[in-house]
Amino acid sequence: MAFLSYRNVRVAGMSVGVPKHKICNLDAADISKDYDAASFIEVTGVKERRIGELTVSDLAIPAANQLLDELGWEKPSVDGLVVVTQHGDYIVPATSCIIQERLGLSKECMAMDISLGCSGWVYGLSSLVGMMSSGNLRRCLLICGDARRRVEFNDPLFGFAATVTALEYKEGAENICFHLGTDGSGYDAIIIPDGGARNQITPSSFIPQEIDGREYTPLQSRMKGMDVFSFGITTAPKSVKKLAEHFGFDYTSYDYLVLHQANMKMNAMIAKKLKFLPEKVPSSMWNFGNTSSASIPLTIATQLRECCTQGLVRLLCCGFGVGLSWGTVALEVENIIIPDLIEIEE
Amino acid sequence: MELKDFIENFAAQFDDTDANEIKAETVFKELDEWSSLIALSVIAMADEEYEVTLKGDDIRNANTVEDLFNNVKSKM
Amino acid sequence: MELKEFIENFAAQFDDTDASEIKAETVFKELDEWSSLIALSVIAMADEEYEVTLKGDDIRNASTVEDLFNTVKSKA
Repeated sequence: MAFLSYRNVRVAGMSVGVPKHKICNLDAADISKDYDAASFIEVTGVKERRIGELTVSDLAIPAANQLLDELGWEKPSVDGLVVVTQHGDYIVPATSCIIQERLGLSKECMAMDISLGCSGWVYGLSSLVGMMSSGNLRRCLLICGDARRRVEFNDPLFGFAATVTALEYKEGAENICFHLGTDGSGYDAIIIPDGGARNQITPSSFIPQEIDGREYTPLQSRMKGMDVFSFGITTAPKSVKKLAEHFGFDYTSYDYLVLHQANMKMNAMIAKKLKFLPEKVPSSMWNFGNTSSASIPLTIATQLRECCTQGLVRLLCCGFGVGLSWGTVALEVENIIIPDLIEIEE
Repeated sequence: MELKDFIENFAAQFDDTDANEIKAETVFKELDEWSSLIALSVIAMADEEYEVTLKGDDIRNANTVEDLFNNVKSKM
Repeated sequence: MELKEFIENFAAQFDDTDASEIKAETVFKELDEWSSLIALSVIAMADEEYEVTLKGDDIRNASTVEDLFNTVKSKA
């Protein structure tokens, strides 16, 4: 059972990098043949999103530089970097290696990628916090997000972003605890069928298929919406409850419930099951869409900026989706550094 | 669990379709308004009203509203 | 660091080429036996004998054995 608890690590800061360019779904005539833009926005909660030709490292570098600057962290002092992305700059090598170099981090810095989406920030956090907890690593960066894909991608649900979470070793810092889970039987609920080793790229990889009133090629991500929806409304609440039961805390006492931002209706149902009032369930979907592994930190950094930078906030965060994979984390953040949103031009 | 109640709950997910157009034998995926978005509301409704988790295949394999009712009932 | 010694160390990486064929002015990449595998042994030799790290560009930019000697010497 993957119940983890670590002490002595605190979140020092969080920053967000997004493309400057916005698209409004109301203007998008090609939302779907089956339903109109207004219905789409009502059910999904995505009015606007940021997209562009920028890769994850293009978005992460300025965000990381700004955060390191405001934290007063010298580059050589960073000894760990984890990048969570499913659309790295290259298929090979890992994007964390690219970012190590572009950021100017030391060669003595550990760097690795984790290939997860919706659950990615929670998983990434668990791996870094785990490595830092006994003091082996002192200052680390967790970079999460998906941006430019391998082929053209303009799904109205998704937006591009990269977030940087700075973690530091601090004796006595409050426990951070996790519950993590996996169900590979749902591997094709959210999938890019071609381009991996299983289905190599062939000419047919470029032929569009109609799914749910929109066209997708086998090189573009497609989702079994209904299955992901029913998975989300059952698994997310269960994970939170299991975490609370295992570590013996009252989850309703937390200040905010921050859910992966994939569908407003789904999140509303999850929140209701966990008895969190809407004002305690912040959302970034309206302006940013589904930003994959960046969604939870992006929501914290944009919607909870004031309280997190000026006091102590207890957060319950749950990421769930592609894999199928899910993770819940319970943590405190206190007086952390959150720079202004970094908007990057192409 | 009553079929009549279920039909009412099902029909409530539609905005532009008259309730009396939706009966036990209605092939619901042929309704004009039917879409994957409505499918999500039906899944939500089954979860909320009956504490039953419907999946994509359940929607795909049901033809009539009554088929769906039977499916939900069997999972209760 | 002696050029003569370097040429000997360099020539030692070749199995089928006579040592007398390898001189300071030899355009080593034109030797029959030259290959990317021999390049790897030359890099290993520079590291072991001189504690110098040669890179791909260093091999690419050198024409003669003496060019390579000069590169290694400059990094020693």
